[in-house]
Amino acid sequence: MSESTIPLPLDGIRVLDLTGVWAGTFATLLLADLGAEVIKQENQYVLQPNTRVLPVAHLTKEMTSVGPGWFTGLPDNEPGDRPWNYHPMFVSLYRNKRSFTLDIRQPEGLEILGRLVELSDVVLENSAVGTMEKLGITDDWLRSHRKDIIFLRAPGYGLSGDYHDARAFGSNLEDVLGHQLLRGYRGAGPGEASGIFAADYIAATQIAFAVMAALWHRDETGEGQFIEMSQAENATPMFAQAYMDYSLNGNVDVARGNRSIYDREGEVPCGVYPCASSGDAEDGLDRWIAITVTDDETWQALVETMGNPGWALVEELATAEGRAANQDIIDKRLGLWTRKHDDYELFHQLQRAGIAAAPVLEASRVLDDPYVVARNLYQDQELEDDIGTYKYPAPIYEMPDSDGGIRRAPVAFGQDNIYVYKHLLGVSDDEYARLEVAGHIATRFSDDVP
Amino acid sequence: MPDSLNTGPLNTGSLNNGPLNNGPLKNVTVLDLSEHIAGPYATKLFADYGANVIKVERPMGDPSRRLGPFKDDDSHPEKSGTFFYFNINKRSVVLDLKTGNGREGFWVLAKKAHVIVESFRPGVMDQLGLGWEEIHERYPALPLVSVSNFGQHGPYRDYQGSDLVLYGFGGEMFSTGMLHREPIKMYGTAALVQSGSALSTAIMGTLFASRNSQRGQHVDFSIADSHLVGVDRRHSAVVGFQYSGRKSLRAATTAPTGMLSGVFECADGWISIGAGGRRFMGVREFMDHPSWLDDPKWDNPSIQVDPDAIKEFHSHLLPWLRTKTKREVWEAGRRAKFICGPLYTVDEVFSDPVFQERGLWQEASTPEMGEFRFPGRPFLMSATPWEYRRPAPKLGEHTEEVLAEAGLSPESVEKITGKADVL
Repeated sequence: MSESTIPLPLDGIRVLDLTGVWAGTFATLLLADLGAEVIKQENQYVLQPNTRVLPVAHLTKEMTSVGPGWFTGLPDNEPGDRPWNYHPMFVSLYRNKRSFTLDIRQPEGLEILGRLVELSDVVLENSAVGTMEKLGITDDWLRSHRKDIIFLRAPGYGLSGDYHDARAFGSNLEDVLGHQLLRGYRGAGPGEASGIFAADYIAATQIAFAVMAALWHRDETGEGQFIEMSQAENATPMFAQAYMDYSLNGNVDVARGNRSIYDREGEVPCGVYPCASSGDAEDGLDRWIAITVTDDETWQALVETMGNPGWALVEELATAEGRAANQDIIDKRLGLWTRKHDDYELFHQLQRAGIAAAPVLEASRVLDDPYVVARNLYQDQELEDDIGTYKYPAPIYEMPDSDGGIRRAPVAFGQDNIYVYKHLLGVSDDEYARLEVAGHIATRFSDDVP
Repeated sequence: MPDSLNTGPLNTGSLNNGPLNNGPLKNVTVLDLSEHIAGPYATKLFADYGANVIKVERPMGDPSRRLGPFKDDDSHPEKSGTFFYFNINKRSVVLDLKTGNGREGFWVLAKKAHVIVESFRPGVMDQLGLGWEEIHERYPALPLVSVSNFGQHGPYRDYQGSDLVLYGFGGEMFSTGMLHREPIKMYGTAALVQSGSALSTAIMGTLFASRNSQRGQHVDFSIADSHLVGVDRRHSAVVGFQYSGRKSLRAATTAPTGMLSGVFECADGWISIGAGGRRFMGVREFMDHPSWLDDPKWDNPSIQVDPDAIKEFHSHLLPWLRTKTKREVWEAGRRAKFICGPLYTVDEVFSDPVFQERGLWQEASTPEMGEFRFPGRPFLMSATPWEYRRPAPKLGEHTEEVLAEAGLSPESVEKITGKADVL
């Protein structure tokens, strides 16, 4: 770049982060990646569920030696000294952020929080309804400290209505929105598709969007505001076509496996097919390729790539209607062909013919993929805890004229206490020592926390 | 503080087809060349919250006009449920960017825009003479956000994608489903909608940067990247493997995974319950204090992993659940502070009283599609609310209006729309 760099888009914006779980923690990550100073409040006496560690702060060796890597895979299968600083489900969501500890259940803690609100532009929370009220953190209280604050709350089902105090993970919201019955194998029972957390993704991105829209409005008018997100309502766009089909035509869609909802428009075949593998699914050595034919033209390209086998030359299959009516046989025959091929070789061969396809990539292979390497999506980082160097994800996108990317490795619990207390709040050394004794300042969870 | 911003179904979104616009982005103009799902979903968020989104369509229209569900299954470009949902509150301008007149229209609109969004295959904007260097030279403060399958640079730049392909490659699909079956995707285009919502933050970012520094930037947004480093388990599986050497395998099962964990059958369907560990202690309240639960053995946490005890527990629980509807079980679960949720079918989502009472659904009506409801606001803003100002545009419905607003004379508008030729 020949020109000098410019500040990141949210440079100068301070976000006081009271959020938890993936939805809130990923939302503030997006704001941090765009340059906001995110100061995450933590408390040595309160374990926010599914926010830094799962299921307890003080993990045991037994808990870290079984289960899938994404869920329980700790460094060298040991919990180590401060597992909450590097748990694989959460660690990557702490880059570019600051962390400080404060016991906001104590009156003194709430008073200190108020001083931080005065220095902040945005306050975010997504706890179960009642949690903030109990602490005394209300819109009025925040506005008494900072009139133009942007305050966003994102409980599961919103602040009103019979479900306002329902406990839910993202996966439960998807149950209630119909997703659990809309995904999964065709004709199979519920429960056969694994719990996923699609609602957390869209909650996080749209919390970040809502905050930026409110900041835009504040910059134009001087007016702050209150934002209420029901994470359930917010997730509805992911299932828009099913809702539209019911609303327009009364059709109640069901799980289609990996087939396209646009099968009648020509998207057949659309599926995941086996490839040559060197071992068993039990060892994660099964190989799969995802293929989507989008129209008659790409169907012809697929037929040629397969070497014009007789079954595929049947005239009926040349049309969208014909393929839609024969998906079972197409899927079966295509799978018999793909299973003879290496997934990556087939990937490039199909793409060269203009067909949308890619390996369904098992996570241990991600870091070796040439695309992931070329785009530098995972980068070596060292954390405050001495666990060694590993690759952690970079932001989804870059602002090319700014120094963005990973500006700071994932932050440890309480790593920025000195910055927040001494630099932001101007606390003296003596007062800092007193606040440590009073339980506010810490770099590890109390032993009293499970 | 506000108990809730929700104001019920009567005024969460009014059809406001005129100048009235209370959105936070009402002074922002987005020149939107994007097609299909991801790009249009991002710009829909802008339009829904007040931005002036000018959707530039090719003469044949955005290909998503040819995607269902269609009203009455009639595959008419103004009857597509997909196109409607992803394009409300926008205006449509038809420009043939392959012609000089079409490109002239583009530059006229670009002059008034605060950001351009496009989703052509990488390189196409350059071929059209509308590439980043040209844009940046003419309008240095104007940002461009390009959304593509595999990015503007990198070894897969020219590769094709789909919701399935991009999620299968980028997202944590491999570990979703049953071990001895194929990995399984999310519904429909959920992965592309997630990417579109992430894209909206990139567009907002360029707007702030451009406003603050008067410099436009070209952002390369890759849908694959938005899943490779997005939030749903992918980063966890990649980091967890590096740490522990353990892979993430498919592990779905039809059987409940614990005493009160898993998917359970009720009288009218299924409910998902997660009430292990300490949450299990709510079980007496959940089941309304049956006498068999008086036995203190159920208070011992270790009993929750004892296979014989699970069997005994289920011999009481499963028949009890089958006497209750999933909504009744959910209500009991909420009382007991269980993490749970009924597995709704799509019609049950529409008939749920709480979603209705909170005003989730927006009424709409068009001559082609009749009257119907669709999910309205994603979130509520106290000062600058979500609004339904206009239905999705007909193809080219606003070409003349928008070009005239941009300051073109009627003669120039006729030239750009090609109408001058037929005179």
